[in-house]
Amino acid sequence: MGRAVAQARAGLSSRTGWSAAALLPLAFLGLFFAWPVLAIVSLGLREGGVLSVLFEGDTWELVGFTLGQALASTVVAVVAGMPLAFVLARCRIRGLGLIRAAVMVPFVLPTVVVGLAFRTFWPDGGVLPIVLANAFFNVAVVARTVGGLWAHTDRRAEDAARALGASRPRAFVSVVLPALAPAIGSAAAVVFLFCATSFGVVLVLGGSRYRTLETEIYLRTVELFDLSGAAALSLLQFVAVLAVLVLGALARRRRETALALRGREELARRPSGGEWYVVAAAFAVVVALLTPVVGLVTRSLSTRDGWSFAGYVALNTRGDRGTLAVTGIDAAVNSLRTAFDATLVALVVGVFSAVVLVGLRRSGARFAEVLDTALMLPLGVSAVTVGFGYLITMDALPGDFRTSPMLVPLAQALVVTPLIVRMVLPVLRAVDERLRQAAATLGASPLRVWREVDLPLAGRTLAAAAGFGYVVALGEFGATSFLARPDAPTLPVVIARLMSRPGELNSQMAYAACALLMVVTVGCVLLIERLRVPSSGEF
Amino acid sequence: MALELDSITVRYGQTAAVSDVSLSVADGEVVALLGPSGCGKSTLLRTVAGLEKPASGAVRWDCADLAGVPVHRREFGLVFQDGQLFPHRTVAGNVAFGLRMQKVEREARDKRVLSLLELVGLEGYADRRVTQLSGGEQQRVALARALAPSPRLLLLDEPLSALDRALREQLAVDLARLLREAATTALVVTHDHDEAFTLADRVAIMSRGRIVQVGPPAEVWSSPVDVETAKFLGCNKFVPGSFVGLDVERVGLRATALRVDPDGLMEGTVLERVHRRDHVRLLVEIGGEEYEAVGPMSEIGDRVRLEIDLDGVARIG
Repeated sequence: MGRAVAQARAGLSSRTGWSAAALLPLAFLGLFFAWPVLAIVSLGLREGGVLSVLFEGDTWELVGFTLGQALASTVVAVVAGMPLAFVLARCRIRGLGLIRAAVMVPFVLPTVVVGLAFRTFWPDGGVLPIVLANAFFNVAVVARTVGGLWAHTDRRAEDAARALGASRPRAFVSVVLPALAPAIGSAAAVVFLFCATSFGVVLVLGGSRYRTLETEIYLRTVELFDLSGAAALSLLQFVAVLAVLVLGALARRRRETALALRGREELARRPSGGEWYVVAAAFAVVVALLTPVVGLVTRSLSTRDGWSFAGYVALNTRGDRGTLAVTGIDAAVNSLRTAFDATLVALVVGVFSAVVLVGLRRSGARFAEVLDTALMLPLGVSAVTVGFGYLITMDALPGDFRTSPMLVPLAQALVVTPLIVRMVLPVLRAVDERLRQAAATLGASPLRVWREVDLPLAGRTLAAAAGFGYVVALGEFGATSFLARPDAPTLPVVIARLMSRPGELNSQMAYAACALLMVVTVGCVLLIERLRVPSSGEF
Repeated sequence: MALELDSITVRYGQTAAVSDVSLSVADGEVVALLGPSGCGKSTLLRTVAGLEKPASGAVRWDCADLAGVPVHRREFGLVFQDGQLFPHRTVAGNVAFGLRMQKVEREARDKRVLSLLELVGLEGYADRRVTQLSGGEQQRVALARALAPSPRLLLLDEPLSALDRALREQLAVDLARLLREAATTALVVTHDHDEAFTLADRVAIMSRGRIVQVGPPAEVWSSPVDVETAKFLGCNKFVPGSFVGLDVERVGLRATALRVDPDGLMEGTVLERVHRRDHVRLLVEIGGEEYEAVGPMSEIGDRVRLEIDLDGVARIG
């Protein structure tokens, strides 16, 4: 009896310790995510009319379009991403680094930039550019997630199938595809999530004609002041997001347990025969990915009177007839600073959460799944909702937080944190527990173990996650557009404002600002690529 | 007594991995915990290191209970089966780790690292990356790393099992010499009896979470406590003592107990022949029973005479 109690206490003590530590990230989420979102929802509920919104035909038309375009975008992204995944995982050819960077760039481009890039080809917007732009963003998710698994699955199963008489396509369908299914499923779930809640792209390309739940929530709160309608739509979106997240978590768990993984080096080889068609398809996708980027730069340099730097020069002004409260340069500086603060906050919260998650899993606490899913939630909930929620709750914090310079960075950090957790978690999980124990027996305290073992091993990934987070914060638009004060806007906010106002100079300036933002983003991505972090990160 | 284990029980949920084990290790003594996989020997070792908490019982060092002393303050070195070297540090960086934790001055540290690398036969390896080392070299580095901070007790968890056979035998001899020379107090866990008998001053046989026999290698080897232990120690045939002319109830025969010898007293027929690395093993029928024997090349069906070699005979009990 006494033994059982002692044992229970021993197991419990580490579990309670980690669970207590888990309260910190949960408190952060509670204060800066759950509270504002719930406040918005309850505000809407109090005003009534939620049910009537849910029974309106328009609402379901909206849901239909949201899901339809997300589904179409997901299909396009998966189809385009698969050849890239193959090339990244299995081929030893020249220019692999270029492909890797070209794939990664669209994912981190600010939504506003992508929207504008596609508008250079479809000036009036429409359904096709919306689908293509959403897919353009997310090809990287598919290529990276599927490629990461593909690079580590044993090639010999495929060889065995071929030796048994299966043709190449047959071997692919009956051996490779089932092995990759968890990664494809998990990638598709995430892409679907991103596409269903995409804001900037739909706003820029759809205008008021093509609306999704996300832009409708924005339009109803900002332009129609229809809070109950917005709240009802937010609720609807929240439920859908939760469902997709749970499906994704299930797919991830299958992947973690089921596979014997191998290193990429022994698997990569020069493509042969029919594989060159796949390589060609991959290059076609790369060209397609680069087209909007090139188009945007070209557009930023061309005016009605021919080539000109007018847009770039104008960045030093406040736009046509004082469209902006500050100059473009000031906005750029503010962007860089805000994104830096946001990254710092997200790194602290994200890395701490990842460490706690690993500890919770190790001590066998069920709680781990809860925290894991909770940390992913901000990715799926409308950033617009969060932004608006901040406005109605943050004044309750000491010193009226609404005017704090940390307001925008915090909102951005909320979006960045899940990405950092997803990147750091697999690396920390891959560190052999016995390595930590070896350090402990050599006299390293738990904190020292973390500093001497975990930190150096995860170092590159941490740096990459920071760079990645910075880029995402730089481009964040949904929440920032709500929260940034007119005298301290970020570049994406400035771009949107310039585009919404008439004037040749304004649009020229917007395109120039986009190009500038793109250059910073691409620079960061290239730096991250130099770190050569193992590509097994989960998005 | 340096290390003393007093009625240790370790549980994983409802199952007891280690039940009521008591064992002591004297200063400078090397004790081997020998048993089949899953017998709880590694769990016991991890409990000594402080990586598992016993459900009951006590681990003591010089009569002081270690229950409240965390892993990093026990000053016990631990060597894992597969080295577990820090991949981001060089050979020297790995060996110096424990010294850095003790805040040893740089100069003294470097000196100690070099002398340890010499001890394990890896002079000139200081600046190599550990990922470039062979399995045997990695294990030597792991040993040097564990020895560097001069631990009170060295814990070795299957230190040689991950290596191939030839290297294992060589390293076992090296390790035995090294432990003796440094007068190290050590607890070695292994499932390989060659390893245990080469390294240890005393051997403790574990089975199903309990220690069934403790004694000097010669004693355990020649008189295992029961049939199960005798089987684990290589006996594959059990006969009355009178069969080999001994006044005990039962004895166990190893393959070397019977040798083909023209002057032998017994006669048998060769049934099968297996080639081993350094001898030929025969399956022989004697009086309707099958026995293993060591012999020169013979053809199946040959009649051979056999002699008993008492080195291959173990008394039970």
